[in-house]
Formats: sequence, C-alpha cells, structure tokens
Amino acid sequence: MTEGHWEHFEHGADVGVRGTGPTLAAAFEQAAQALAAIVVEPHRVAAATTVAIRCAAPDEELLLVDWLNAVIYEMATRNLVFADFRVTIADGDLTATAFGEPLDRARHRPAVETKGATFTELRVARLDEGGWLAQCVVDV
Amino acid sequence: MPTREHLHRRDANAWVIEPHGAMRVPAVIYADDELMARMDDKVFEQTANVATLPGIVGAAYAMPDAHWGYGFPIGGVAAFDPDEGGVISAGGVGFDISCGVRTLLTGVAADEVAAVRERLADALFETIPAGVGSTGDIVLGDDDMDAMLAGGARWAVERGWGEAADLARIEDGGRLAHARTECVSARARKRQRKEMGTLGSGNHYLEVQRVADVFEPAAAEAFGLRAGDAVVSIHCGSRGLGHQIGTEALREMVVSAKESGIRLPERELACAPIDSPVGRDYLGAMAAAANCALANRQIITALARRVFADVLPRARLELLYDVSHNTCKIEDHEVDGRRRRLFVHRKGATRAFGPGHPDLPEALREVGQPVLIGGTMGTASYILRGTEDGMARAFGSACHGAGRDMSRRAARKRWQGRAVVDDLAARGILIRSPSFRGVAEEAPGAYKDVGAVVGAADAAGLARTVARIEPMICIKG
Repeated sequence: MTEGHWEHFEHGADVGVRGTGPTLAAAFEQAAQALAAIVVEPHRVAAATTVAIRCAAPDEELLLVDWLNAVIYEMATRNLVFADFRVTIADGDLTATAFGEPLDRARHRPAVETKGATFTELRVARLDEGGWLAQCVVDV
Repeated sequence: MPTREHLHRRDANAWVIEPHGAMRVPAVIYADDELMARMDDKVFEQTANVATLPGIVGAAYAMPDAHWGYGFPIGGVAAFDPDEGGVISAGGVGFDISCGVRTLLTGVAADEVAAVRERLADALFETIPAGVGSTGDIVLGDDDMDAMLAGGARWAVERGWGEAADLARIEDGGRLAHARTECVSARARKRQRKEMGTLGSGNHYLEVQRVADVFEPAAAEAFGLRAGDAVVSIHCGSRGLGHQIGTEALREMVVSAKESGIRLPERELACAPIDSPVGRDYLGAMAAAANCALANRQIITALARRVFADVLPRARLELLYDVSHNTCKIEDHEVDGRRRRLFVHRKGATRAFGPGHPDLPEALREVGQPVLIGGTMGTASYILRGTEDGMARAFGSACHGAGRDMSRRAARKRWQGRAVVDDLAARGILIRSPSFRGVAEEAPGAYKDVGAVVGAADAAGLARTVARIEPMICIKG
C-alpha cells in the first residue's frame, strides 16, 4: 500500500470514519480527513492556517479516539474547518499539524457538528495487504 | 452473544431475553411485531450486555425506537442500586447530556400563525442561532459559567431569560442540585463559552406546530392542548460542554473499569461504581451539563418569546413541559415491594412518570407527566402522558423519537436539500436552515415511522397518546 484513503461507513444515527495508509500515522491522517469531511466537503476548504495538536495514550486504539477528539475540540473552540493533516507517532505520542481555515458558513456549507469520537467499531490494525487501518464511529 | 433466537414474547408488545451467561437480570424489549422485525440485532446484544452490569435492578429495557448505540442501545433504560455495587455509565447517558424537548403553548390558533408564517419563520431563523459554528450573543466568563452550571434554568430565569413560572414545568424544577462545577474541565467550559442559547445541528430544531389530533380530551385539556392551536417545540441539549464531558468521562471509564475489576462485555460499555471517585465526579459533572442543557433551552425559549412578541403579540408561549432524554437521574422506585433509591439511566428514552407522582407539578399530577416525542420536520410529533403501569414496566420511561432508519450518507445520496425544502413548502411546512446538506441528511424519509413507535409505546402501556402535532415551521440546525 502506497496511498492513503478515507471513507465513511454506516452506523444508524451516526457516522463511521475509516482511514487507511501505508503507516499508522498515515491511517490516522486519513481518519481525521474522514472526520473533517462529516462537517464540510473537503474541496471547499483551503489550507490557510495551521493548528498544532499533541496527544498521548497507552495503546493505539485509545490514541485514535484521543486524536479524533482533539481535532473535534479544535474545530469547536477555534471555529475552524480542516482540509489536511500531517501526523507523526512515536512511542504512543502523537504530534500533528492540522491545516484549515475559519468556518465561513456561506462558502463551506457545513452539514453537521461532530460531538465526539466513540469506542464503537473502534479498530486500529495492520492490514493483511500491508499498511494500516484506523476507524471508529463518531457521534453527530 | 444474544440473538433473536434468545427472544421470547411476553405479550403482544414486550419481548424478553432471560438471564443467561453473565446477565444478572432479564433484557426486556418493548415493540410491536413490525418494529421488532426491523429492529437492529445490535439492540438485543446491547440490552443484554447492559443486563450484565453490577447492581442493575429489575431488568435492562429497550424502548420501541431503540437502535444501535454506544454500549447502551439508544432507547435504553437501566436502573442501578449504589448499595449493591451499582454503576454509572457515560455511554448510558450519551454525549449530548440532557438533550431533550420542551413544548410551549401559544394560546392562539394555528390559522393565526399561518397568516404570518413567512415573517415568523424568517424572524425565528434570524434570532435563534442554529447550525454548525453558530454562536449566541451570550459569552460566559468564568463566574457566569459556574453560576450557569450550578443553576440551570433557574440561573437563566434569574438573568431575565424566561419567567419563574417556567421552572415548575421543567424536570427537577429546572436545576439538578447535585451538580459539581469543580468537576467540569477547562476544555468543556471553553467549548461552551459562546454556545449558550444555540440550537446546534443534526436532529436539533425549533418547530412551530399545529395540534392536529387530540386522542385523550381530558388529558389534553389538563395540558392546555386544543385541536387547531399552535404550539412551539424545541429540541436541543447541552451543546459543546456536554459533548466534552461525555468524551472525557467515556475515556476515563474505559481506563478505570479495568482497575475497578468490572468485567465489561465490550469496552464501550465503560462505567464506574456510583460509589467511587470516578463515578461521583462523573455524576457531578453530568448534573452540571444537564443544568447547561436546561439553561440552553430556557434561553432559546426567551428568544422565541421575543420573536412572537414582535410578530404575533397575542401568543403567550407558556411552557407545557420540558423533558430530558439523555440522563441518569436519582429516583425512588418501588421494586419487589421495597422503596429503593436508584440511579436510572435513560439513553434516548423519556421519563414518563404516572399520575400522582410527587415530582410532578400540581396542575399535571392527576393526569401524569407530559411525554414529548419529537418526530421529523415532515411528519408529526406526539405528546403522551405517563401511566401507573409504566412505572412498573420500565421505571416510568417511554420512547423519545422516531429513530433513524437510514444513515446520513444514504440520505444525502437519496435526497437534495433544496428539493426537500421545496417539497415541504408545497405541503405548507416552512424550513429555515443554514445547510441544505444538513436538511438532506435529516430528510423525513430517513426516519422510522414515529406514529408506529408511539403506537407501540402506548400499546405496551408505557405511556398514553394525548395528541399528535404537525410541523408548520421548522428552524433546523
């Protein structure tokens, strides 16, 4: 696997986010892209500003939940929407830069807020075909 | 893992999974045949999982609108006894703590509202912040934040948003007294600073509605509901503050459950003993978030009143009742002939106290608690009343809404927001929303038949149907 990919998967009232990539960090980047795309269609967002995000957790699955919740927190408190993410992970510590811009409701046409990342369908794993998968359901 | 094969019918509208494996009590699902056939199998598994938790009393229940949730099913009810090692669960309350519905009586005919509906819809949309990224005019500093978290709707009334008479018509008198503001994190506070008096997004709304049908005239009269009158309903919750508290508590409980020696069938069912530091802190923070939700609905009520005073001054907007459907409440219940103080979780379920309950305001006590069920912007909502039977059947609980039948993604593929708005306008329902994509995701066809859900709750004896109300104007977040 050389390229990252994100998608949404179905979960009743809410939305599942799934990212895959050649590395754990790439899969986390893609999962965050899927999260950001719940709120705004990605092509509408410019990478005009950056936010640094750090988090740490004792295992990779908890780290994914913490990471997505950190992105939700930054979107909510800074009123930003995001277009792209760069993530590095070492020894359970995640360091990231999120690229985005202030929400403009007329231009971005946001659909719905994200409330929190959940432990439902939470999975971080190596894929048989190579690369990593990172997914969970997000409450909206 | 419990499946449909473990279910047996108790009566026409109740199904039981008898305790087996780690289950301490039965799981009981209230639904008719049709709802049961369409119900997600995850509901049976999750309800049975809840039945394994320490200190659970009676049974784990699922309401007719139940669907797959986070540990608990959405539409789940479970009561725990702290004296028997009972637990409190962040997933059993949900992220949107104390999300709920309130309905206001206008005292004017729907036809009068219809005559000014365009102006009214525009003024409501302009005045009430709705949708992603919307902020209110109220920015809370640290002291105000503490006062709000401790005071709930009482705080809002003291600050001029509403009337003292409103408070008697809110569960717990508009304020949970056991809120502990010191348990609310700085991050939760920061998420709320600019969000007071905002509707939020997703399935949250403010609707102007017409009382279309009255099924129980005596109860309707006691509630002040007359066929043909207009009412206003508000559905929203504790906004960013509640979401953040839910997020933090869920994580903390996932980590601490292991240390407490609680065996969880799945990690998301994370919980903590009520009588533990984690449990007590969550209870205090959750009560503060509930107060935030009550204050929020109170402020939105005051904003709606201002709009009506300007556009239709004859309307009064008197509060019928305010219910919360994502909660854990401390309640006294009779179990096996003994009065017990229990911690009753209702995740996507409405408290539905029966006639005579001392917690109801005097004017409603004889009839039972109003149970407010939100539908969709294109179908109907319902007002029910609590029953004596319901007290025994599910600790005085009923359903909370229609429940989704289709994912947001599928809805977005199937409907265009503009077309949904136009179709509803052609039927006389005005939609005002900042987001066509949001409207498409919330299209009425994406939901279950709310009438069937209410019918099953009624047939199961959980609550009785008093009135059906239809949307006229919907401000959609």
